Amino acid sequence: MIRFYRWLFPHPLLTLLMAVVWILLQNEFSWGMAVFGLILGTIIARLTAVWWPDRPVSFRFFKMVPYVLIVLWDIMVANVQVAWIVLTRPNSKLRPAWVVIPLELRQPEAITILAGTITLTPGTVSADLSDEGHSLLVHALDTDNPEAVRDEIKNRYERRLLEIFE
Amino acid sequence: MTLEIIGTYAIGICLLIGASFALIGTIGLLKFNDPMTRLHAPTKVGTIGIGALLLASMIHSWVFTEGSLHELLIMAFLFVTAPISAHFIGKVNIHKRACATPPTPPEDDTWSTLNVPEADRDIAPHT
Repeated sequence: MIRFYRWLFPHPLLTLLMAVVWILLQNEFSWGMAVFGLILGTIIARLTAVWWPDRPVSFRFFKMVPYVLIVLWDIMVANVQVAWIVLTRPNSKLRPAWVVIPLELRQPEAITILAGTITLTPGTVSADLSDEGHSLLVHALDTDNPEAVRDEIKNRYERRLLEIFE
Repeated sequence: MTLEIIGTYAIGICLLIGASFALIGTIGLLKFNDPMTRLHAPTKVGTIGIGALLLASMIHSWVFTEGSLHELLIMAFLFVTAPISAHFIGKVNIHKRACATPPTPPEDDTWSTLNVPEADRDIAPHT
């Protein structure tokens, strides 16, 4: 039974996500559409399971909620900061720097979320991953202290992601 | 003050915020002179610019017509895809040596973009 369940729903959260996206695409809620979305989510997740061989061992959904809220808040702050830099700082006074972040995260999904978060938040863009995936290369727009940027990313985002995925 | 009037003002404010952030993002794209710093302006400022415009559209649909949630989907897709395109542009910059060479990573040999397979080492990189 459990094996059948695992075969039918290789990624249960993906199925749910696709159902929600389907309902949002319809733009009005009806139970028929919800059921159809679930069916679509099941079929698509089953058909594409070959390309997602590993599923995350654990995923704590309720720890994801505060993380998303923190990131949304940081995105707003980041936007105002970068806009301020664009408008007031002349190019010659800009101090761009490479920041190397040693990763403790191992799951590809978690690293992807971390890289996306870094790009959307204050003055940093994730640019590359090392060839065996142990460190992340980040470009900072304006910093006088790359170590501080690294520590902030590790404390603020990576620690929370470790709790979510481990 | 009816709901329509408040809604109209809210839509106007959201449109102004969105348009000005989009303008600032464009100014940043033109102003910065290094390919890597140029990436910062559109990835961040663009997101909130479009976010505010979509919020205006959502308020309009909830106040004046039947509510619509399509904008949430657009926002979600934008937040997922914007970092990926930025990441790829960054990789191209590193590959083409258009920016300062990044420091070597502490644990592994090199960055994945700079990792050339042994068979291809004698081919000069495209410039």
